[in-house]
Amino acid sequence: MNRITHYLSTGLAWFIGFIWLFPLIYAVWAAIHPSEFATRFSLFAPLTLDNFKEAWNQAPFPRYMINTIAITMIILAGQLVLCTLAAYALARMQFKGRGFMFALILMQLMVVPEILIVENYQTLAGLSLIDTYWGVALPYLASAFGIFLLRQTFKTVPEDLENAARIEGCSLLGIIWKVYVPLAKPTYLAFSLVSISYHWNNFLWPLVVTNTENSRPLTVGMSIFGAPESGVDWSIISAGTLISVGPLLILFLIFQRQFVQSFMQAGIK
Amino acid sequence: MQLSRQIQAWLLLLPALCLLVAFTHYPVVKTVARSFFGFGVQWEDAASLDNYRYLLEDEVLGQVLYNSFMYAAITVPVSIVLAIAMALWVNSKMRYKGVLRTAYFTPTILPMISVANIWLFFYSPEIGLLNKLLALVGHSGYNWLGDPSLSLYSLMAMTIWKEAGFFMIFYLAALQTIDTNLYHAAAIENASKWTVFRRITFPLLMPTTLFVLVNALLNAFKLVDHLFILTKGGPNNSSNLLLYYIFENAFSFFDTAYAAVLTVVLLVILVVLALLQFGVIEKRVHYR
Amino acid sequence: MWMNKVKTTVIAGALCALAAPAMANTELTMFYPVAVGGALTKIVNGIIADFETANPDIDVNAIYAGNYNDARVKALAALQSGDPAQLSVMFSIDVHELMDLDAIVPFDDVVTTDEEKAWLGSFYPALMENGVVDGKTYGVPFQRSTIVMYYNKDLFREAGLDPEKPPTTWDELAEMGAALTKKNSDGNVEQWGAMIPSTAYPYWMFGALTKQQGQVLMNQDGNETYFNAPKVVDALNYWKDLGSKHGVMPEGTIEWGTLRQNFLEQKTAIMWHSTGNLTTVKKNAEFDFGVAMLPGGSALGSPTGGGNFYLFKDATDEERAASLKLVQFMTSPEQAALWSKETGYMGVSPAAYEVPELAEYVESFPPAAIARDQLQHATAELSTHQAGRVRKLLDDAIQSVLSGQSTSEEALNSAQKQADRILSRYR
Repeated sequence: MNRITHYLSTGLAWFIGFIWLFPLIYAVWAAIHPSEFATRFSLFAPLTLDNFKEAWNQAPFPRYMINTIAITMIILAGQLVLCTLAAYALARMQFKGRGFMFALILMQLMVVPEILIVENYQTLAGLSLIDTYWGVALPYLASAFGIFLLRQTFKTVPEDLENAARIEGCSLLGIIWKVYVPLAKPTYLAFSLVSISYHWNNFLWPLVVTNTENSRPLTVGMSIFGAPESGVDWSIISAGTLISVGPLLILFLIFQRQFVQSFMQAGIK
Repeated sequence: MQLSRQIQAWLLLLPALCLLVAFTHYPVVKTVARSFFGFGVQWEDAASLDNYRYLLEDEVLGQVLYNSFMYAAITVPVSIVLAIAMALWVNSKMRYKGVLRTAYFTPTILPMISVANIWLFFYSPEIGLLNKLLALVGHSGYNWLGDPSLSLYSLMAMTIWKEAGFFMIFYLAALQTIDTNLYHAAAIENASKWTVFRRITFPLLMPTTLFVLVNALLNAFKLVDHLFILTKGGPNNSSNLLLYYIFENAFSFFDTAYAAVLTVVLLVILVVLALLQFGVIEKRVHYR
Repeated sequence: MWMNKVKTTVIAGALCALAAPAMANTELTMFYPVAVGGALTKIVNGIIADFETANPDIDVNAIYAGNYNDARVKALAALQSGDPAQLSVMFSIDVHELMDLDAIVPFDDVVTTDEEKAWLGSFYPALMENGVVDGKTYGVPFQRSTIVMYYNKDLFREAGLDPEKPPTTWDELAEMGAALTKKNSDGNVEQWGAMIPSTAYPYWMFGALTKQQGQVLMNQDGNETYFNAPKVVDALNYWKDLGSKHGVMPEGTIEWGTLRQNFLEQKTAIMWHSTGNLTTVKKNAEFDFGVAMLPGGSALGSPTGGGNFYLFKDATDEERAASLKLVQFMTSPEQAALWSKETGYMGVSPAAYEVPELAEYVESFPPAAIARDQLQHATAELSTHQAGRVRKLLDDAIQSVLSGQSTSEEALNSAQKQADRILSRYR
């Protein structure tokens, strides 16, 4: 009995795993075969790289890629700095209105920027930041999630360490940099990974706020490259999809162990 | 000295706070204002309830709200149950579990918008994969995205696929912190696997479940990327979701004012959800 | 292609160097949409490069913005940003909405010479219907289409039908469709008779069916719709019956984007689609196919469709002159001929079909002229104030009927009522 449930459970685990991987498997299949095989399976279908060539020629992927990397990096850098400073203040400094400020910040956990696209768009248009990296990045630079996470971590740092550093004449920023940041490394790593995968994949806000190739990231580029209105050609779209997810996918496959472990160490739970 | 420490604290807080105020609190206030003073893309001098009156007359809104609630009510629990199951599998002594973990997690790093086209292929009638599989057993297949009674569920399937693996990671992290002695003790008492899960694992995963629940609920209201490719909310709004409807009103119909009213509706929903969650958390803390 | 580009750039560079030193170039930004298959962006870029070669003092930044809706949103967004567009290709039916937003100027205000005025009068009149408001021309036709009927001649032969005689009436469409619908041993349909797409642009396909009943959907001022006119109801009933009564078309909605693939894989013997797909179908069809005018009810008919050039208000005199030059270039007979041949969209003026290249092409490939021949039966596409919202009302009504959620009367009455409420303030 136990044995049977064990096999059933294992079988189910792999079955779900297969389904979860299937869209990617299909994308590879469609991308490396001529388009007449996109909807037909045949073991002896001829292989080709033409779809990649075609996709590459139809959309400025390198430009999109650069935009995505730039936007993701601006956001990440901004978040790390701003959240560290704010988290330290909230974790270790006494000041009037701290509880209120913390509550004010936590509001963003629920009211995420996606929901406010209409007004944020107006604000950025007023600042003439439509279609710029900064336009895409600004609403995300201060992350309540990041502040919350780092504050929790900073609270676990022994205060003796901070006092020792202070006696040695460390400035406030010095203390944060030399004492707190190193001890929160797993949290930083976990947060960075979440942030990168979030903003690499983000679509709605960049769709609203970007206009041209100057700032258009991969996701928005893919959406107009693969827009169903223009008639779906799955082989080329699959090739484009693989081109666009390739870098992140490879990065993930290399670092997946660290990725998962950093999560565990960061104690995000 | 005391004062300067205060000032220092505020200085540290200030950059993040300014941005938060500019892009979260200010737009919330402005949205509410616009819902009363807005007309199309313009501002009126006097407040009116016209936009709200339209809200009551809007025949699409009811459908959209119903869809959004169904979307949350189904995708959230299913994703969470799957995520727990996945985490248990990946955390067990199964062989090649690294491969399995990768498989589960892959959807998380694939942009929804790119993969949606591939799902479009799965769902396509006549030429799509799902119907071809059904044809093998002699079934005539479904119009997955073109049948109003199925379109929303077809979208949900993709959402669950996208989300479960992400939540799994959180559970995996939590599972590894559970003291193995508890399991040893249970083994001595000859407890069944189900009992162990129900009495030990699941209660200890509770904090994670709460965290995931908050995230999942939020995602249920903000994850609409695949609508752009798969259904555009159709047919006849059967798969339209609130955030997509807001987008449509603001950026296809240029009715910023009505989009503001809809945003207010969404904000109210989120506030209610937040209060509910605080209530639940408070209770839990109380019992402990 | 690539060499061409290099050549173009080199020549353009050389010409620039020769031209007056340090003369500032006029820079133009334009957005354009694509709604059919094929590498259309490449073709547009090619035309633009040719234009820049011929006009070294003008730099054009042509931006592909997605579908028609995206193009309009992005172009209008650009007006608010620091880098506005001076002209754009947008939906021909956006005209009322763009005027309400006070974003565009009529071409009449910009053309000055007799030659330019003659140019403005050189297009097919049917293509001007969506572009002229109050006697002024706001939209100049560029990527224009009508709906045509693609049919699979091989499947016609297989079904014992004459491949040179596609259906010309509604009844014939239903009859032939039935003959072309094939079921397998399980009783499941494996090949459909016909498909009319009902996502993305359902109101457009519907415009054809209503025109075939001799009924238009709105007035020229765009402030009145006739969604619940009896003939409109008949048209929707017929569309629905093709699926539910005659069984020649799948029930529920049919996806615009994947329909071409369905046709190419011979899952349907007939499809209605934009003529803009012609070249892509030609390239990919592995069977003998034909193109015909849409079948008629009491009359023949199709709405025109596609994108027009618009000039934005926010531009300097030099920019406006340069914009006009660009529009003239891109709609000139030579370019229109080339464009038509490479995409399937129609040549926008009679002169385009006299350009040898297109004339020869049409001769060797007669389907290329169907869209044009159909123009005499064409009507304007649904275009009103608050076009997006009004269009969605009709789209929703069509979809709810096709998927069996409500009857044609109910759905269209409700759509009309809501459209009335929206449009009453523009009367």
